[in-house]
Amino acid sequence: MTLNRRHFLASSAGLVAAAGFGGLGTNRAFAQNAPVYKPEEGASLRLLRWVPFVAGEEAAWLENTRKFTEATGVQVRIDKESWEDVRPKAAVAANIGSGPDMVMSWFDDPQQYPDKLVDLTELGEYLGSAHGGWYPGLEGYAKRDGKFIALPLCAIGNAIVYRDSHMKAAGFNEFPKDTAGFLELCKALQAKGTPAGFPHGKAVGDGNNYAHWLLWSHGGKMIDEGGNVVLNSPETLAAVRYAQELYKTFIPGTESWQDVNNNRAFLAGQVSLTANGVSVYYAAIKDPAMKEIAEDMRSVNLPIGPVGESVELHQASTLSIFKHTKYPEAAKAYLQFMYQADNMNDWIEGASAYCCQPLKAFASNPVWTSNPIHEAYAKASASLRPNGYAGPLGTASAATMADYVLVDMFATAVTGQMSPEDAIAQAERRALRYYRV
Amino acid sequence: MSSQSIPPPKARMTDWLQSRNATGLLFMLPAAAFLICFLTYPLGLGVWLGFTDAKIGRSGVFIGLENYWYLWHDPVFWTSVFNTVFYTLIASVLKFALGLWLALILNEHLPFKSFFRAIVLLPWVVPTVLSALAFWWIFDAQFSIISWSLMQLGWIDAPINFLGDPTNARISVIAANVWRGIPFIAISLLAGLQTISPSLQEAASLDGATSWQRFRLVTLPMLTPIIAVVMTFSVLFTFTDFQLIYVLTKGGPVNATHLMATLSFQRGIPGGQLGEGAAIAVAMIPFLLAAILFSFFGLQRRKWQQGGQD
Repeated sequence: MTLNRRHFLASSAGLVAAAGFGGLGTNRAFAQNAPVYKPEEGASLRLLRWVPFVAGEEAAWLENTRKFTEATGVQVRIDKESWEDVRPKAAVAANIGSGPDMVMSWFDDPQQYPDKLVDLTELGEYLGSAHGGWYPGLEGYAKRDGKFIALPLCAIGNAIVYRDSHMKAAGFNEFPKDTAGFLELCKALQAKGTPAGFPHGKAVGDGNNYAHWLLWSHGGKMIDEGGNVVLNSPETLAAVRYAQELYKTFIPGTESWQDVNNNRAFLAGQVSLTANGVSVYYAAIKDPAMKEIAEDMRSVNLPIGPVGESVELHQASTLSIFKHTKYPEAAKAYLQFMYQADNMNDWIEGASAYCCQPLKAFASNPVWTSNPIHEAYAKASASLRPNGYAGPLGTASAATMADYVLVDMFATAVTGQMSPEDAIAQAERRALRYYRV
Repeated sequence: MSSQSIPPPKARMTDWLQSRNATGLLFMLPAAAFLICFLTYPLGLGVWLGFTDAKIGRSGVFIGLENYWYLWHDPVFWTSVFNTVFYTLIASVLKFALGLWLALILNEHLPFKSFFRAIVLLPWVVPTVLSALAFWWIFDAQFSIISWSLMQLGWIDAPINFLGDPTNARISVIAANVWRGIPFIAISLLAGLQTISPSLQEAASLDGATSWQRFRLVTLPMLTPIIAVVMTFSVLFTFTDFQLIYVLTKGGPVNATHLMATLSFQRGIPGGQLGEGAAIAVAMIPFLLAAILFSFFGLQRRKWQQGGQD
């Protein structure tokens, strides 16, 4: 405890100086190049965050928060909302100008109300230079017009989980690295009666992850850099054709799958391959009845398509501060504290591979090597692309994803309700409506 | 004379306050304030939002009918309109038929009558989200109890794709809605049945009416007013259903079960397009108004109530 505290004091000298000895007027001397934020008199903060997926993650976050309160006297209240409710709650808070002071939100949420958020450029640039730089994909979510309107927090990694013994039984000793080999594996798995399954239903997380990977791995994209809808392309057609072939190898019913269905089917042994967060592994090791599945389970990144690099959507989370907060300095001090090396490392470790670091320096966190199953999830932040790639983020990109335009495009084609060409044309029409000028 | 006929202003005020009209107005004021605050204002705001490009976090500007123009050309919107009408129509007819049937059975002299009446209410009492979650498992693509049972019996080889196939999905959500809606209709109609004086039935019997004739010519006409009220409510509830769909399919597969309410939410809240979401919600109003007017005028007509024609 003493050691921890001393360690903490050393690493957060600037902050403590600001908080504890701020009155002495010696902040600058301690601060060096780290920005110093002096919490306002009598400040207290409220953070709205998503309900944690892993207990250890929440524990680490709360512990860091407790240390912050101890150091600064600033109380931080943490409100939790189920992850799909954070977006509307935060948007309303931004809209009416009251409620939580900070929000831990998803994807391009900060881009929907950039002018309601406190500029965090100073802190963002400092953290980036201090910790090896931000991962570009995550940084894209947090920056607008060259300014940080949020701080990237983490990528919730998505990776393929599969049953090793079933793969070997299907005649594969090694997991295929490319999309062509992957299709062969899925065919072989199906022939053995141990099929794969990816959600084609309205699964906010898993459905979008799969659909974006299909599109991007084949070089297709929804939007170009200028914000024009460029979905209708030969690359997209190739992606849809590939999805059709892959779908034929799936367990029946994936077009009704929501976010939990693939976990359930995998843990019940109904499918031998799907993509998910690491949570499916923890669900398996928690239950003694699933010991066999847990031991047989392996994880790997989604295969690389014609585009030649590993590209995925993942889930991305950022932290932002609302302009309506009465205590912006305290809020910045809190964020700065949470990103200090020790605290951030504790948190990443607590999240047991669920949350992938936003800053490159934390890639050496021991959590990634502590269990082979974690390895695939370590690369999430590196392979992450923002939704609405490669266009600007904002209400259009958010609405297009929330309206399941891409998910629906693949689902209509694979189920044969429309030809690939028609499905793409329809998706293009829908996207155009959101990206209208 | 003239000085007597014109009272001083203060007295006039007191007189007015003591008149029946003023008292009536005063008594209505709280209710009116309540209605304006919690009904008229939100409704008006919703209609207004439908004419703007408001997004969450942004108040938006007036854009006239643009939202409606876009919706008019949006196949997903029209799918949701079709789904909503289809869902409401089929579910309401089924709920009415089964509910009336159940009410008639419960109106007979059964053993443990009160017990059965209480049991029947259960689906209505259980929170919608809970029963929807139960149905979600019942309709699961892999773990459906129905599929499992049929497979055990050897009737089918593979699980039924309840929520993955558009037709199956529509039938499944309607089935869940019917299950949940029957008790409301059954119990309300049962209450109506009990207000029908037994002497009418006896008189009809003495005149030699068969039980079908008694039902058609005595019970049904006497029940019409309550049927009109109950069915209005039922249609309104069904038309605006949200929870069931949101839990079971979120509107999938490929929007085959998207109702106007779920589409409005999807675009308005997670999608952030408040204006368009509001426009979809406003587009529901004509349908709802039609249902209300139908029952309102139906209720006003004694001829209808007595089973006659205009």
